[in-house]
Amino acid sequence: MKILIKNGRVINPSTKCDKVSDVWIDGKKIISTGKKPTGFIPKKVIDATNQIVCPGFVDLGSYLQEPGYEHKATIVSEANAAAAGGFTSICCMPKTNPVIDTPAVVELIKEKARGIATPKIYCIGALTEGLKGQVLAEMSALREIGCVGVSNAREAIEDTAVLKNSLEYAASINLTVFMSCEDPWLAKGGSMHDGLVSTKKGLVGIPSSAELIALSKVLILVEQTGVKIHFQALSSGRSVKYITDARRKGLPVSCDVSISHISLCDQDISDYDPNYHIRPPLRSLKDKNALINGLKKGQVDAISPCHEPQDADSKASTFSSSEPGISSYDTFLSLLWTLVRNGQLTDRRAIELASCAPGEVLGKSGSGIVVDGMADICVFDPNLIWTTHPNNIISHGKNTPFLNREILGKVTHTIADGQIIYSSS
Amino acid sequence: MGSQNIQLDKAGKLKHFLSIDGLSKDHITTILDHAETFTSVSKRSSKKVPILRGKTVVNLFFEASTRTRTTFELAAKRLSADVMNINLESSATKKGESLSDTLKTLEAMQADMFVVRHQDSGAAEFIARQVAQNISVINAGDGRHSHPTQAMLDMFTIRKHKKTFTQLRVAIVGDIAHSRVARSEIHALQILGVPEIRVVGPKTLIPTEIGKLGVRTFNSLESGIDKADVIIMLRLQQERMRSALLPSGREFFNTFGLTKEKLRLAKSDVIVMHPGPINRGVEIDSEVADSPESVILQQVTHGIAVRMAVMSLTMGRV
Repeated sequence: MKILIKNGRVINPSTKCDKVSDVWIDGKKIISTGKKPTGFIPKKVIDATNQIVCPGFVDLGSYLQEPGYEHKATIVSEANAAAAGGFTSICCMPKTNPVIDTPAVVELIKEKARGIATPKIYCIGALTEGLKGQVLAEMSALREIGCVGVSNAREAIEDTAVLKNSLEYAASINLTVFMSCEDPWLAKGGSMHDGLVSTKKGLVGIPSSAELIALSKVLILVEQTGVKIHFQALSSGRSVKYITDARRKGLPVSCDVSISHISLCDQDISDYDPNYHIRPPLRSLKDKNALINGLKKGQVDAISPCHEPQDADSKASTFSSSEPGISSYDTFLSLLWTLVRNGQLTDRRAIELASCAPGEVLGKSGSGIVVDGMADICVFDPNLIWTTHPNNIISHGKNTPFLNREILGKVTHTIADGQIIYSSS
Repeated sequence: MGSQNIQLDKAGKLKHFLSIDGLSKDHITTILDHAETFTSVSKRSSKKVPILRGKTVVNLFFEASTRTRTTFELAAKRLSADVMNINLESSATKKGESLSDTLKTLEAMQADMFVVRHQDSGAAEFIARQVAQNISVINAGDGRHSHPTQAMLDMFTIRKHKKTFTQLRVAIVGDIAHSRVARSEIHALQILGVPEIRVVGPKTLIPTEIGKLGVRTFNSLESGIDKADVIIMLRLQQERMRSALLPSGREFFNTFGLTKEKLRLAKSDVIVMHPGPINRGVEIDSEVADSPESVILQQVTHGIAVRMAVMSLTMGRV
């Protein structure tokens, strides 16, 4: 479809572009920025006056809950929420039921979204069969069917030999491993960061060392196996240092932080609200600031939503008994722009961290908003105020700590592959 | 979820009794003063007062307890309330019924007060947020978080013996990490102006960053109880005695068990307290438990009066 995005402030990090301009789309591609192509008659005009036009956001791993947990959310419900959040690509974590450890499950997921205008949906396959940490998954078959990487989600592989072998195998077929780091023994029974707040609340803490020990173990194995690793949702500030050191040695590692971990810390946990229950746990203010600093300095590569919708029942209990997870697609842009508004990130860097940078991790990087580039675009109004009432949240998961608040900033249009997949009007 | 002070009504009076944290010195003193008047009731030949006549108190125990449940029951009965004991430890919640559904069922029975014990920290607060406006919730222990009536009866006992809080050195000894009693006592002692609060135990039983609460940490009993006015010994749960936290009950007794000899390091008028039930020969030597310094049985007696005070105050009946 021929689309004109008119008069928006175009911010394209890869070309350092930041100016008010028009964007002309034909088919799947951007055919012009600025000047009107000859004879172009748009079928749809998006007036982006006072709005920002930027590359679409890329999600590096969320829990879409289908197949298996459709009472929490479905592929379609969450793909729609992602589109409304400005995402043009999303990645489905393999923790489904059945687990994404066979090509059939990948096909099932693709089938669910067929014929519906959604972001591009990628699957991250399982690293071990059933995520059980015992037998390697059929990684080659998973790669063939289009998995962008493999992961054991948040299930720890306790047997270090299995861990080493799985990384070695992934390395030999050149698959990126998406890794969450948490030592299961140190995290046992815990539900929040181990510190003054957990001591006061009497909740069992998960020490930062749980992340650091698991991370160190993996870094040693990266050195040994040469596997390409992307660390997901770092929570401890010291993890950034460990990864920076590993990079200095030339190890092929990258990392992201979740929007929740840079927007909140343990002190924010109001009373015992289970909507703040997330894994890894929200850590100290110092950790939060160190993660933001890592983003600023380029030590952390991307910001991910780590969207994990939960049904009301899973959160209708005490903090420690509730299921972890925060529903993030709907509030992502607003939280991202809060960091810009607070001067913690520049607007260009914030957009880069949510779009091109995670795209690069997936090996799907375009150049953003440039002529001949893929039309994956997000248009948002940074000053639009809206209320996060459950009815306004498109995700089936209403489990956000930001529920029923007035927040600033909202996506108005999302375009993926030249198709409008979300429009607020 | 709303504000921190869910346990207070708009006028700042107690509506629920969930934790010591967030209460004022006035709240605490009011409870202690009322408890004082109820101690005389217990000494009368007829021990009942009609304060909660016609009211229904439900003891909701998701975790086993004999002492706490019994003293709450006795306190409610002395206030002339009808009491129901519901042991949920083995019942509906284990069958998959959610906590919210259990509460709705019980609410339909038109209870006026829930006395709750639960293994999860924050459970009493969760319940207080769920129940109908007219129901008061009293926390009888939630996870590792809070056991406010125990802290109040301990403050009551200290006040009986020490007259003023502002010159005391109080040592809390043993398994601080898993103790809701210790957490509540620290808050209460601080609110009452105790200048020196010590926590004493091996590092495996001391919670992270507890020093930031304004207490001093000691990893040896001898230095921890040195010149103490009050020593509160905590119960060491059976399951901790031989675990990755401690080598054995015997070793614990040798290093942190309170003996007559070690007690000499404390002030001569020291009192020794324990929330019970005591493990003789683990955290405390029999000789100390039965010594004149021990006020352990007085604590139990005071527990009834303090719980009567808390129940009548939260029901707005005084």
